[in-house]
Amino acid sequence: MSWLSNALTSSIGRKIIMAVTGLFLCSFLVVHLVGNLQLFKNDGGAAFNIYSHFMGTNPIIRTLEFGLLFGFGFHIYEAFVLTGKNRKARGSQGYVANHIEQNSPWQSRNMGLLGTIILVFLLVHLYNFFYRARFGDLDPDINNNDDLYTLVVSSFHQWWYVLLYVLAQVALCYHLIHGFKSAFQSLGLTHRKYTPFVTYLGYAFSVLVCAGFAAMPLYFFFLQ
Amino acid sequence: MAGSNPNAKPMNLTLKVWRQKNRDAQGNIVDYQVRDISPDMSFLEMLDVLNEDLLRQGQEPVAFDHDCREGICGSCNLFINGRAHGPEPGTTTCQLHMRKFSDGDTITIEPWRAEAFPVNKDLSVDRSAFDRIIQAGGYVSVNTGGVPDANEIPIPKSIADQAFDAATCIGCGACVAACKNASAMLFVSAKVSQLALLPQGQVERKTRVENMIAQMDKEGFGACTNIGSCAAECPVGISLENIAILNREFLAAKATSNNLA
Repeated sequence: MSWLSNALTSSIGRKIIMAVTGLFLCSFLVVHLVGNLQLFKNDGGAAFNIYSHFMGTNPIIRTLEFGLLFGFGFHIYEAFVLTGKNRKARGSQGYVANHIEQNSPWQSRNMGLLGTIILVFLLVHLYNFFYRARFGDLDPDINNNDDLYTLVVSSFHQWWYVLLYVLAQVALCYHLIHGFKSAFQSLGLTHRKYTPFVTYLGYAFSVLVCAGFAAMPLYFFFLQ
Repeated sequence: MAGSNPNAKPMNLTLKVWRQKNRDAQGNIVDYQVRDISPDMSFLEMLDVLNEDLLRQGQEPVAFDHDCREGICGSCNLFINGRAHGPEPGTTTCQLHMRKFSDGDTITIEPWRAEAFPVNKDLSVDRSAFDRIIQAGGYVSVNTGGVPDANEIPIPKSIADQAFDAATCIGCGACVAACKNASAMLFVSAKVSQLALLPQGQVERKTRVENMIAQMDKEGFGACTNIGSCAAECPVGISLENIAILNREFLAAKATSNNLA
């Protein structure tokens, strides 16, 4: 299997891993967003707590959780490896004058910075919700499910928490604007008939998904 | 004289030029003044004027790469005011004219920068890494014997055009110089897609992309992150679509070739 490891550790192979894991994480975003829309159901959190109980206990979901862990792990690992290799390739002597901003979009050049913001957010987010739902001791709600909803609502009443969430979604949006169409390019999935559609879909996906996530803390902070 | 402007006034310019004695020496930016530069001169002719001045003063002239001076050979390679081949799109350094600058301007002139492109001297850069990538697979097998008839192998016009567009790469290295990652993917993709599109390139189709990418990685070029600086700075307009073709050629070759290494 040395051909496979050689292929996946080549420059293009690493890009392909970035692309595949990136698109997989995009699919996770959709599932996560759709499920969390139950926060908007005005039932004191009953539906959301049933949903979170299901997500925390269903064996298929729990197995897929490892897939998600690997998806994030490889995406982040390859980002570090590629950044290191690319810095080395650029060389120690930089340009005295370099106007790269005149030939490329900002978000495309700053995927590492955007990704780091998202990673910091992810760690805070996982600790506050995932860790406390899985390993903490939440009070039961009226249906005897763990009352994650009350934790979400109280978290989203803290201004700094809401700010962190909204900023992270802005970073995610820019990350996706480059990442979505870039993944198709890296996989070689381009065609003059379909690539313009993929580009528009990428923009729509980035804005809609991130606006959807950002709407949750804003809704509870300002309206609830 | 055709194209010249009799009203164009000669310009005085300040040049900030990278000077470096040899490959191992520490380089630095040196300021020079050039006077009475005609707007009709090319950028390289302006440097010729600087070098004549330097020679008259008994100083070492500035070394820079050039050959055909008509945008075909890919020898000229200057990073001018923070842009590969200067600020004009679709132009090599030799085709850049001084009328694009104004009297009193300060112009920063640097060599291509990349770990795989060491500076030989001043603005002259060693781009033999590109030659080694081409040697690794950028060729086709040809039968010996009589000259085949023209158009013997039918090729659709659209495919021939696409292959020709890729074949216009002059190998100047602006893509590497401009790339945040010093990636050579645009250069490699131009050759890989040109030959993959044509029937003549089918014999080595899989080994070509495998070997050229292996050599590219070995030379120490970076990996593409689809920023697009390369295509924006390419003097002959090689499109990013070639990199997508390269990626799928590589994926298909790795998945189906008989090479187990």
